[in-house]
Amino acid sequence: MEYTLKELMTICAAREIKNGDIVFCGTGISMLAAMAAKNINAPDSVIFFETGAIDSELAHIPLAVADSRIMYHTSANGGLMDAFCTMQNPFVGQRVVGILGAAQIDIYGNLNSTVIGEYDAPDVRFSGSGGACDVASFVSRSIIFMKMEKRKFKKKLDYLTSPGYLDGPDGRKNAGLPPGGPDKVITDMGVMGFDPDTKQMILLGCFPGITPEQILDHMEFEIRTDQATEVPVPTETELTLLREKCDPQRLIL
Amino acid sequence: MMTTQENKVMTLTEAINRYVTNGCHLSIGGFTLNRNPMAAVHEIIRQEKRDLHVYAHSNGQGVDELIGGGCVSRLEIAYGGTGKFMSTCIRFRKAVEEQTLMVEDYSNFQMTLRFLAGAMGVPYLPTRSSLGTDIIEKWGFSEEFRNEDPRIPNRKLVVADNPFDGWGDTEKVVLVPAINPDVTIIHVQTADARGNCRMEGLTFADVEQAKASRVLIITCEDLVAEGYLKTEPDRNQIPFIHATAVVKVPFGAYPTACYRYYDYDPVYMKAYARAAHDDAAYQDFLAEMVYPHKTHTDLLDHVGRHRLETILAGRNCGYAKNLDRR
Repeated sequence: MEYTLKELMTICAAREIKNGDIVFCGTGISMLAAMAAKNINAPDSVIFFETGAIDSELAHIPLAVADSRIMYHTSANGGLMDAFCTMQNPFVGQRVVGILGAAQIDIYGNLNSTVIGEYDAPDVRFSGSGGACDVASFVSRSIIFMKMEKRKFKKKLDYLTSPGYLDGPDGRKNAGLPPGGPDKVITDMGVMGFDPDTKQMILLGCFPGITPEQILDHMEFEIRTDQATEVPVPTETELTLLREKCDPQRLIL
Repeated sequence: MMTTQENKVMTLTEAINRYVTNGCHLSIGGFTLNRNPMAAVHEIIRQEKRDLHVYAHSNGQGVDELIGGGCVSRLEIAYGGTGKFMSTCIRFRKAVEEQTLMVEDYSNFQMTLRFLAGAMGVPYLPTRSSLGTDIIEKWGFSEEFRNEDPRIPNRKLVVADNPFDGWGDTEKVVLVPAINPDVTIIHVQTADARGNCRMEGLTFADVEQAKASRVLIITCEDLVAEGYLKTEPDRNQIPFIHATAVVKVPFGAYPTACYRYYDYDPVYMKAYARAAHDDAAYQDFLAEMVYPHKTHTDLLDHVGRHRLETILAGRNCGYAKNLDRR
């Protein structure tokens, strides 16, 4: 069955979500990935938004995390304080999986969503952290969507907005952060993970027709590729559920 | 200005004219494209308020229009975007890149805690968020600038050792300084003349922002009779003791959404984003949508009944099910 790159990326992220996970999602493809997981492989996962809605029904696709569509048929409608406390909470916070995106990422999975250039006189200004820094600080694991480009996979970030492993295996502990960190990076060419010992990014999978060399050509830093396999293509069931249940109007796909 | 005076109802023109002064420290309620007090934002632009110091978590559309209207000089913010319609707020981005706006970055949790600290009357609150990041390292306002202005704390964020020696499995905390705005403006579904408020759907950080503020201006869809909100007090979030002014403004959050009343208007949001990229087009936008309208009702008349009908919310689901959002 034919599929688009966006569909493949969404399904790759959805496969990482398990029953019982509380999924923090942002807008766009991250929200769609959470919806896909709930409809395909993790019906008992919980969708959760930084604006304070938990277990939203999502009968229609929201276009922002404050969209009224996330407020319908929830377990509780609260506010920002509820949402961020949920993630800093020692009991439920460790069950939260964050889905994030950024303008730049480095080898330790640290993210920049603030500026390109100097902070005081930026060449490009982005939206800023929002809740991303909070999520990256608190939760046990996060899934990051990135587009493969040299200017995005950077040796050194222009601004460190959201913490990954900071500078290595002890980075988070030394800084005083709770344990956790990035788990997967889903790109438009393949999927990366992080070495359990060095906490450096490694290539886990290439999309069909893509070689590890092609991926490395789109990065400023080198990563290990010896564990890379081919990412399984989306199944007919996955694609049908994604298209018909999650985004029938194709607002994001 | 916590007054127990019974009737706080006034016009929007009067409320903005009286309480929003040039150079004042302002926060507005809502989040990205929902329940922004847009009628008040447009009135601030029309009254040509200048040099505002704005505190925002993710107050998207309203903050971008205040910046676009030339009202804002300094901004403390976590997120400048409205989701699909503007992944980064466009007038915000231009102003920062052209360095006509001083900006300082925080996270959404930090901004919420800062409002809560202000509402609680403590100088700061702790969190574990942002340790090891540039949100701590890089300041938008210099030490010198901070020392000159008594209304800004002398430091941005402070990392401290946990004084309870590792209690709570925590070695270090980030201390975030309190915010007490001069004025907070929120838009709610229902209020009464004394300023009791009932919000529906998510409250975002409106309650913390409202209670942290010296002056609280409330705009509302429905202004109800004295006593009505007291029949179901469990559904109310802000008691009147915090309120300064109450203004009835139907569609007062338009073009942003108001749960169970109306959706966001994709036509406005898209036209806005198109115009915002270009200075001349943006002036045309202001000349069409903001300046000529003496009141919000005039703007709604200009938009027209047909478009407003397309965004009317289903009372049960809370939004417009059949809205064309492509």
